[in-house]
Formats: sequence, structure tokens, C-alpha cells
Amino acid sequence: MLEHIELFFKSIFIDNMVFATFLGMCSYLAVSKKVTTAVGLGAAVIFVLAVTVPMNWLLDQYLLRDGALAWLGPEYADYNLSFLSFILFIATIATMVQLVEIVVEKFSPSLYNSLGIFLPLIAVNCAILGGSLFMQSRDIQTLGLAFNYGLSSGIGWFLAILAIAAIREKIRYSNVPAPLRGLGITFIITGLMAIGFMSFGGMLTGGDEAAPQEEVVAIAPTQEVSGLTADAAQQDLTQNENETVQEDSPATDNQINE
Amino acid sequence: MGILSKKDAALILDPLADNNPITIQVLGICSALAITAELEASIVMAVSVLFVMGMGNVVISLMRNIIPSKIRIIVQLVVVATLVIVVDQVLKAFAYELSKTLSVFVGLIITNCIIMGRFEAFALANGPKRSFLDGIGNAAGYGFILVVIGFFRELLGSGTLLGIKVLGDPIEKTGLYAIGYENNGFMLLSPMALIVVGLIIWVQRSRNPALIEEN
Repeated sequence: MLEHIELFFKSIFIDNMVFATFLGMCSYLAVSKKVTTAVGLGAAVIFVLAVTVPMNWLLDQYLLRDGALAWLGPEYADYNLSFLSFILFIATIATMVQLVEIVVEKFSPSLYNSLGIFLPLIAVNCAILGGSLFMQSRDIQTLGLAFNYGLSSGIGWFLAILAIAAIREKIRYSNVPAPLRGLGITFIITGLMAIGFMSFGGMLTGGDEAAPQEEVVAIAPTQEVSGLTADAAQQDLTQNENETVQEDSPATDNQINE
Repeated sequence: MGILSKKDAALILDPLADNNPITIQVLGICSALAITAELEASIVMAVSVLFVMGMGNVVISLMRNIIPSKIRIIVQLVVVATLVIVVDQVLKAFAYELSKTLSVFVGLIITNCIIMGRFEAFALANGPKRSFLDGIGNAAGYGFILVVIGFFRELLGSGTLLGIKVLGDPIEKTGLYAIGYENNGFMLLSPMALIVVGLIIWVQRSRNPALIEEN
């Protein structure tokens, strides 16, 4: 349960698709002139990501990755089809988008009208394919986590486009330098927002950076056993020492002067 | 440009300046920003896109009369995906470290809006030769911006170009560092890519006021 909560907040704030990895920037810039259209596109992205990431996770687990075909029988265990992942992922996404469009049109015409023209556009949104590719490269473990990852990345993208659309509606009344109007200022605002989002980086203390340090402290007495890591750690230490010595020397000079 | 007529030459030259895919058409931003912290990665990305766009435009242009318009998006995606797989496999075989740096962004060439945009806007309506020139021109305009961003980010961020220390050694305090220059580590962080693109747009539009937007 804890890892679900952690992944959820990590995907929304720390690894935000727009601000940390710049996925889906094209539609983010093109469709963010009004809040209402931005909400429509954002909702469609959440929906499609939450459907396609688990689908592609199943494909990756049972068809593509090294040894994934083992369930067919032992003679298939050596196959590694991962070079096919691009073409299969994008085909899944394109068909899913088409399918989702048909189903939504049939069962919920009002939702179809509000998503409307955005659904077909989404097939070529980098955020959707990026979600699946990051799911593959980050080794998401279970189907539930994959669904969670798709959903929360979508929510992160939704928040980003909502925020920039609101800002762009307001900035129309500001006196922006003429050459920066429109696209230029949007880039710079997004950059500033991304700097702001970087401050979420330390939000999860159980994250990637913090965990190894705690382990090192706990295992410290038995460190000699694992020669390789100990050597690496020593190299790091010596490098750090060099740097700290150089940084320290002016400081101590100052202290002496004082 | 002796072999090319004036109209054909414009296909290549326009996207380099006044019809640039990134700064004017707003296409293909995603990959432009994520991988430009180093010049080398930017150049490799630019060359990959050049290959995929040139070849893809020719293939789509040759097939333009037999693709049913209802399923053209899927056909286009399959063509691009095939070309990108070729690029990805070549990179993994000959430049493994670099392909690790580029990670998923090679795959994301598939959904790079420049490629789909040019297929839709040009290759579906023109012959193979002109489509090829259009593809090369747009990819070059894209690559040009990529290389400019990569140049500034690597030079100001880590003081190197293509891994060569051009400003002196920051630890031994030689070159510029001897007079107190410091690297701006901020340039290596991803948000700065956005701000550098914003500044490039600013420079370009102040030189050519016709490009300025309404609000």
C-alpha cells in the first residue's frame, strides 16, 4: 500500500511529465490558451494513460521482455523481443485510442462531446508513449502499480496544463515585451514553474536518494566483506576529501584573518 | 544549389530560419528540451531525426496514393516506428553509452510532432523528391536549434564542449577559472532548457518583427 501512495505522489509532483521530463509539450503549448479546452485535453490524457500503461505492461511482461515467452514452453525462454516494443506500444496506443473513442461515443455521448476532437490527437501525444516507455525502463513491478503510474502521471500532466492555461489567460493583460508575446513568454513561465516543481524533489524521504545512505550506515561494520563496493566507496570518499580540502582552505584562511 | 530550383532550395532553407519547426511551428519540443544538457547528445539526436524524417517523408510520399485516409495515422506511426527501431538498434550497437543517456527519448522520436506534422502537411500531397527535401530541411531546422541549446547549456553549465574542457580546469583553476569564473550548474538542470528556448525565440522575433504574435 505504501509503495502505491509513494508512486502516486512521485509521479504527480517529483517526476511530473511536463516539468521534469518535458513530455507532451507540443499539445501542452498548443492547447493551453483557454482553461476549458485545457481541462478537456487533460481529462482525455488521464483517461488514455490509465488505460494504455497497464495494457502495455501486460504486453511487456508476457511478450516482449527477455524470457517473457517462457509461458509458451521452455523452448521459447531464450527469446528477447524487446526491440519490437516501440512498434507494439504505439500500435496498442493508436488502437486503444480508436477503441476508447468508439466506446465512449456509444455509452456516454456527453463525455464524448466534451473530449471530442482531443481523443484522436492523443495518439501522437508524446506523454502517452512516454508513459509506456518509462514504465518499461523503470521496471514497474505489478499490474496495479502500472495502472497507478499511468493514472498519476496523467493527473500530473492535467495539473500542469491547467496551471499554464490559467496563467496564460491572466497574462493577456500584462505588458509583455513584444517579441516574447505568446510562445516565448509561455516557455519562460513553464521554465520558472519547473524550477518551482523541483522543490518537491525532497518530499519523499523514502525515495531513491535517501534509502542507500541509511543502509550504508546500518551495514557499516560488515562493509569489508564486499570488496567492490568498499573500494568504490573509498574512491568516493577520497574524491570528496580532495574537494572538501580545497573548499576548506580559503575558509580557514578567512577564519585566521578574522 | 545548382541542381535545385529556387523553389526546391526554399524547402530546405525556410525551416532553418523564418519557418523553424521549434520556434515558429511549435513542433517537436519534447525531445528538444530533455536531452540538450550535452552537445554530443544534441548532435546525435539531430542526426537521428534527420534520418527518420528524410526516409519517412520519402516512404509516405511514395505510398500517398494507396493509403486510405481513415487509417493514415496508424500507417504513418508504423513507418516512423520502423525507422526509429533501426536508429535505436544502430545506436545500441555502436554508441551504447550515448543510447543510455538518450534513454526513452530515442523512442519518443516516434511521437515527435515534427515528423507527423510534416507527413500530414507535406508528404501526403507532394512527390518523393520534394518531400525528401522538405524532410531534410525541417529536420535541419530542428537540429540547428537543438545544437544551439546544447552548445550554450554545456558551455555555461559544465565548461566543456563535446567533453573537451574549453574554459580550463575548474579543479586546478586554470584558464578562465583562474580569474574567478565559476560554472553555472543551473544550466544543467532541465528547466533551463525551456528558458534558453524562450530566449532564442526572443532573439529571433526581435530580429524579424513580422513573426511577433498578437498577444
